[in-house]
Amino acid sequence: MHEMSLAEGVIGVVADAARAHAPCAVRRVRLEIGALAAVECESLRFAFDVVKRGSVADAAELDIVHVPGRAWCMQCSRTVTITERGGACPDCGSWQLQVTGGAEMRVMELELA
Amino acid sequence: MCTTCGCDSGQTKIEGEHEHTHVHADGTVYAHSHGREDHGHDDHEHGHDHGHHHHGAGHEPGPAHAHAAGLTPAQMVRIERDILGANDEIAVRNRRRFDDAGIFALNLVSSPGAGKTTLLVETINALRGELPLAVIEGDQQTSFDADRIRATGARAIQVNTGKGCHLDAAQIERALAKLAPADESLLFIENVGNLVCPSAFDLGEAHKVVVLSVTEGEDKPLKYPDMFAASDLMLLNKIDLLPHVRFDAKRAIEFARRIRPGIEVLQVSATGGEGMTAWLDWLRQGAGRARERRQQTMAALRRRVAELEAQLAASR
Repeated sequence: MHEMSLAEGVIGVVADAARAHAPCAVRRVRLEIGALAAVECESLRFAFDVVKRGSVADAAELDIVHVPGRAWCMQCSRTVTITERGGACPDCGSWQLQVTGGAEMRVMELELA
Repeated sequence: MCTTCGCDSGQTKIEGEHEHTHVHADGTVYAHSHGREDHGHDDHEHGHDHGHHHHGAGHEPGPAHAHAAGLTPAQMVRIERDILGANDEIAVRNRRRFDDAGIFALNLVSSPGAGKTTLLVETINALRGELPLAVIEGDQQTSFDADRIRATGARAIQVNTGKGCHLDAAQIERALAKLAPADESLLFIENVGNLVCPSAFDLGEAHKVVVLSVTEGEDKPLKYPDMFAASDLMLLNKIDLLPHVRFDAKRAIEFARRIRPGIEVLQVSATGGEGMTAWLDWLRQGAGRARERRQQTMAALRRRVAELEAQLAASR
């Protein structure tokens, strides 16, 4: 359940950014979450709905943009898309993969009103 | 819930002191601690950044305009900030503190029951008198583990995370202020027994060390890949039990390397003593490197001070 900590992190980032535009309300928060970021998005939504209460994002909706996992396959000598760590290359079946992307956990943008 | 002020999620305790988080009206999250009696808010430091961050061009009209009529037109603000940015900033401070003091800090992670505390007790007994060391113990409840460590004579502080499933960098920063580990020492941070959440939180350690015991499944590296991906060393513990369990050590190591190709592996039995020499040597080398780096930095600083003093003297 570290999603609760992540949700607190989101609210912290959002409050920081929104303060520069005060007075305003946050209508929407857009996150970017990588497939390999070890985040359970449904839990994160639930935690966000709990943590946002009483904050500047009280009425905000959460958009989550999923970023695919990417790895460099040594056999294919190119970047391939993966869905989990420890999986094989989807093209050649090799295990020799170096993860290069998909661990993102970022607040991308806010919609303010 | 904190019964003193009614604010929520106040579960963390550092050696009996209660700490908790407030979300103020403006959305700012404040974390602070207090003893049972004292509930002042002006005598604590907030472990977060109050600065405003402006990234990119800022205001951009976006698809947001597709909103129902009658509402104020919305504006999109692009910020692109890491969710764990606040944790990572504190972790950077912790790491700098360790570097400056020549402290070799390790973050020990595993499932509950893999033998982290027993391993630490035996390690402390073996290194007694050779290397100064201290321990930060993380558990949801109780100070049993810190008590076990203190029984060896080593210094230890317990962090209770309450409902929290992991230690974060801010808890370590506050624990460090109390523990005040010696310069050029070894610091063990025993994380909450949990193979999932602690992987996401940098505490400022030199290495995460994952402990896997042979009484668990050999497929754990594949089942809980994030922890193995984040660790630099895997200790395969309880190897004295290998004759009695169905655990293929070779496969476990192969799985761990599939997740993290460069992971180092040591096979040990904390209670039986097998493999402990290699583990102790690994610790001595790491502590030696941390000490050396500090001494080099100090020597460089002394040289610089001498140069500046010479310059001053020459200009008089």
